[in-house]
Amino acid sequence: MRVPVSWLTEHLETDENYSAEQIAEAFVRVGLEVEEVTPLGPVTGPVVVGRVAEIEELTEFKKPIRYCMVEVAEADDHDDVIEGEPRVRGIVCGATNFAEGDLVVVALPGAVLPGGFSIAARKTYGRVSNGMICSARELGLGDEHSGILVLPSGEAGAGDDAVELLGLDESVIELSITPDRGYAFSIRGLARELACAFDIDYRDPAAIDAPGAEGDAFSVTVEHETDCPRFVARRVTGVDPTAPTPFWIRRRLMLAGVRSISLAVDVTNYVMLEMGQPMHAFDTPSIKGGLVVRRAKPGEKLTTLDDTVRELDPDDIVIADETGPVSLAGVMGGASTEVNADSTDILLEAAVWDPASIARTVRRHKLPSEASKRFERHVDANIPPMALERAARLLRDFADGSIKPGRTDEGGVTALPTVTMQLGLPDRVAGTNYERGATVRRLQQIGCTTEVFTGDDGKSYVVAQPPTWRHDLAEPADLVEEVLRLEGYDTIPTVLPAARPGTGTTASQRRRRSVGRALAEAGYVEVLPFPFVAPSVWDSLGLAPEDSRRRTVSIVNPLEAERSELATTLLPGLLDALVRNVSRGMRDIALFHIGQVTLPKAQQVPVPEVGVAGRPSDAEVASLHAALPQQPVHTAVVLTGNRERAGWWGPGVRASWSDAVRAAEIVAEAAGVELTVKAGELAPWHPGRCAQLLVGDLAVGYAGELHPKVIDKLGLPARTCAMELKLDGLPLVERRPAPSPSPYPPVLLDVALVVDATVPVAEVADTLRGGGGDLLEELNLFDVFTGEQVGEGKRSLAYSLRFRAPDRTLTVEEATAARDTAVAAAASRFGAALRA
Amino acid sequence: MSAANDSYDPKQVAALAPETLQAAVEQARKEFAAVGDLAALATVKPAHLGDKAPLMVARREIGALPPNGKADAGKRVNEAQKAVREAFEERRVQLVADRDERVLREESVDVTLPWNRVPRGAQHPLTTLSDRIADVFVGMGWEIAEGPEVETEWFNFDALNFKKDHPARTMQDTFYVAPADSGLVLRTHTSPVQIRSLLERDLPVYVVCPGRTFRTDELDATHTPVFHQVEGLAVDKGLTMANLKGTLDAFAKAMFGDSSKIRLRPSYFPFTEPSAEPDVWFPEKKGGAGWVEWGGCGMVNPNVLRACGIDPDVYSGFAFGMGIERTLQFRNGIPDMRDMVEGDVRFTAPFGTEA
Repeated sequence: MRVPVSWLTEHLETDENYSAEQIAEAFVRVGLEVEEVTPLGPVTGPVVVGRVAEIEELTEFKKPIRYCMVEVAEADDHDDVIEGEPRVRGIVCGATNFAEGDLVVVALPGAVLPGGFSIAARKTYGRVSNGMICSARELGLGDEHSGILVLPSGEAGAGDDAVELLGLDESVIELSITPDRGYAFSIRGLARELACAFDIDYRDPAAIDAPGAEGDAFSVTVEHETDCPRFVARRVTGVDPTAPTPFWIRRRLMLAGVRSISLAVDVTNYVMLEMGQPMHAFDTPSIKGGLVVRRAKPGEKLTTLDDTVRELDPDDIVIADETGPVSLAGVMGGASTEVNADSTDILLEAAVWDPASIARTVRRHKLPSEASKRFERHVDANIPPMALERAARLLRDFADGSIKPGRTDEGGVTALPTVTMQLGLPDRVAGTNYERGATVRRLQQIGCTTEVFTGDDGKSYVVAQPPTWRHDLAEPADLVEEVLRLEGYDTIPTVLPAARPGTGTTASQRRRRSVGRALAEAGYVEVLPFPFVAPSVWDSLGLAPEDSRRRTVSIVNPLEAERSELATTLLPGLLDALVRNVSRGMRDIALFHIGQVTLPKAQQVPVPEVGVAGRPSDAEVASLHAALPQQPVHTAVVLTGNRERAGWWGPGVRASWSDAVRAAEIVAEAAGVELTVKAGELAPWHPGRCAQLLVGDLAVGYAGELHPKVIDKLGLPARTCAMELKLDGLPLVERRPAPSPSPYPPVLLDVALVVDATVPVAEVADTLRGGGGDLLEELNLFDVFTGEQVGEGKRSLAYSLRFRAPDRTLTVEEATAARDTAVAAAASRFGAALRA
Repeated sequence: MSAANDSYDPKQVAALAPETLQAAVEQARKEFAAVGDLAALATVKPAHLGDKAPLMVARREIGALPPNGKADAGKRVNEAQKAVREAFEERRVQLVADRDERVLREESVDVTLPWNRVPRGAQHPLTTLSDRIADVFVGMGWEIAEGPEVETEWFNFDALNFKKDHPARTMQDTFYVAPADSGLVLRTHTSPVQIRSLLERDLPVYVVCPGRTFRTDELDATHTPVFHQVEGLAVDKGLTMANLKGTLDAFAKAMFGDSSKIRLRPSYFPFTEPSAEPDVWFPEKKGGAGWVEWGGCGMVNPNVLRACGIDPDVYSGFAFGMGIERTLQFRNGIPDMRDMVEGDVRFTAPFGTEA
């Protein structure tokens, strides 16, 4: 909401001349968010009112250009030459929205307009332009740029100081109004807030004496009072449709960012800004029969003021006549009954609508308006007659209208429920002691009537009757906030509470941290990609049609239309980040991500209706949980380029499938679990270079090199590798087993085995470990050899074995025996032969 | 060699004369000192400590002395020999030290050669900062709570006192899960974890909930549709707004130093009443110390407590929430939020495991 400061201060009972900054500061103090304070101008030098005496249309240019003779002083008072300058200036102008005799604003040479725009006499379009005829925007009055600013005749004379006339020496404050404070969408509400902030009195612009009326202004039937608690109408006839809007109204509308349209429309907008009551002006003769406020019927349509045909929903509230809906209530009027250039008979309507219904209609038709914004947030049901009176009088005063004696007033004002609060509650919530009487005084200041009594418990209570514009005051807590904010949040002390002793981070939180740190220390850089993916990515990753990762949860309103699905794997996001880094010239890249993935349940469970009046039952909570997709935390890495850099020490080492597997082991080690690696086969990995990762029998992930086709489709560097692990799938290890290291000396033995090349090394190692028994402390594969010496299809695996006894010095004989058992186990299982 | 002779005076035997012995010692010292390395020392050693060394020769003369002279001569020869041995050992130790020193010098390298074969990786500074915030609160006895990112509207809105068809619902631009009436959203804030905590935990509750949140804001220098928040919630008997201020003040000091502090501006959130927006005094603010907007907070709305089955007449609470991106942005002077989002390793790597 944009408001000129002078409009606000007009309603303050004070001799103080508050600056825009003081006012903005006061707003912030009581809880209104100030977006911007914009001083108008600055305008310096001669800017005066001019009268257009003569217009010469210059036709030799591509666009219409006018050469105007403009009087910048009145002939009666001046000679034709004033201080060496002509009284009538020749000025070139590109706008055409004015006529001879119009009053305009002229910036004369020497003037400087907002933005440091200096005016000088200059030659343009073949003429000397001795000044500039200004638009409202050039003067800093608003954004209206449709043409130059034409002042209503009779409001000023040529040569008058335009800076003073236009009120360019003030500021506009832009506020962002929170949804609970509908009343603050008006000068009335804002001025009251200021009065509270400054602790001064205020003049209510709605304090208008609406005279008793004779009969109805128009026949109106309201079908459901809950839809429309109050409907008031007033009729003004004999309106001069050509009467211009007085400049002071136009100026305020401009500064508030509202476009001037016609007197009738401007007046309704002006009163809406002033009092917060939206209004509608009908062209009375266009209404056929009486008006009915009702719900729309299925299939009904309405052409709204913006010339859009809208299919109405049976939930929409409409104002209808015999022909059907003529207005989308509280949101936008209809075109058929709109006030037009010939309207002389105007029906002014001010109503109160059901906020929730208005909100639904706005959402349904995607049609937010200045009116709906206010209705959604509650308007003051007490003031429609006053607002109408104000508007009708403006039409009477400025367009010669006559106000008909009747007034329609359906429904009425219902007092808001009273709120009873312990008198000491504000002090208790704030943790301070306010001055005696502060609570009652502040409640009265915002418009509540109050009554204090002593309860049966001996405590003092205050009963507050909220004013008709404060629907947000429904609970003691709401009253507490009013007292606290007006007393000032800065008076609340600062006291650290003593939390009860906590138990620190949980095992899974600690695990997540350890895993992140371990991967970082191992050279991986963490990225946090968005979870949104395009469905096409599943094809790029080569997933089979029945692959469960294609079953996704999707978003109704994604930011990028095609990225509408929530990722079921972390790889697409990581690979995006990898590609971005590659495109920025990076070559050696290792990335990791720890994050939730979203896995829909096989059968979508609907969300149950659960109330908020009390704690939901355990069954309700369980069904809320059941309605959610599974969202386990995964860990994944991608890597490309060199894992070890090339340097003066020699060539680099390329990142390979083994690094991806190693990354999984790093995660497992950080998590305190032992990982089993098996040959696996799963898209998007290379079928021959894919490891399945298990903890015991539990499959927890995959690692390896990506499939060349995937690499090709996604534009990845050759041999890009990846790993993804279900971090939540790893068993939590709360306590690690403590080893008891033997102090006795070890026996070290080497052994080389020749086995079929197809036998996985991991299985050979497992077999040796099993065969070696408890004495085998460590086993390390130090060489893998293939070649003629070992025979085709075979390879030699060379292990060093460390044997040790827990309780004695092991003899070489014992160790050798244990080794032989280990080798025998490998021989019997894989036909392994000792290599000579 | 002469036969034993009672009248024989050892001092008169040339080889045993004190001057001769002293000269032999001096000669040995001189020669030991003269050699430059261990090998040379070994070469001169026999001449002074070997069988034919003058002192060994002198020792053999002792046998010929009369008994009363033997002891005296023996003592002198021993002393001389000890002196020579000591001289030798002293020199040897010195030469070993010299050699060791030389060997080390000879194997010296250029330690300025780079050795960044496997560069260190990094955690994202948002992760690190989030952990750090969690630690601040764990230090005060609070616990860390978590929740899902796809959330029911009940947890994200209803239970947080966002009334249906109330304009507050549109304050947070929400991603809705398909189909449109699924009742599921991407959580717009970490506040649903407040509700989860109040339903799952025993009172009193002191928790912080860091996590990823979503709103339909286009990505630009100061907005991102996917961002991180940390939410704090305390529900206990007798908690006041002064306690909220005290907690935020301690939090601010932990994050931004002892000179930091908090001020509150009145505001509106459906789930708190009274509500406030905290500003934090940030000493290292660009362009000079000043106030920086830092999230939202307030006293837990009684309706929220009721929705969790907690009697607002017995318990009260406060809650607060901050954007972690925003905190990192002003704390570390990051002009463009996109740098935190895009995953460029050149942005993240220098942070290592700190922020």
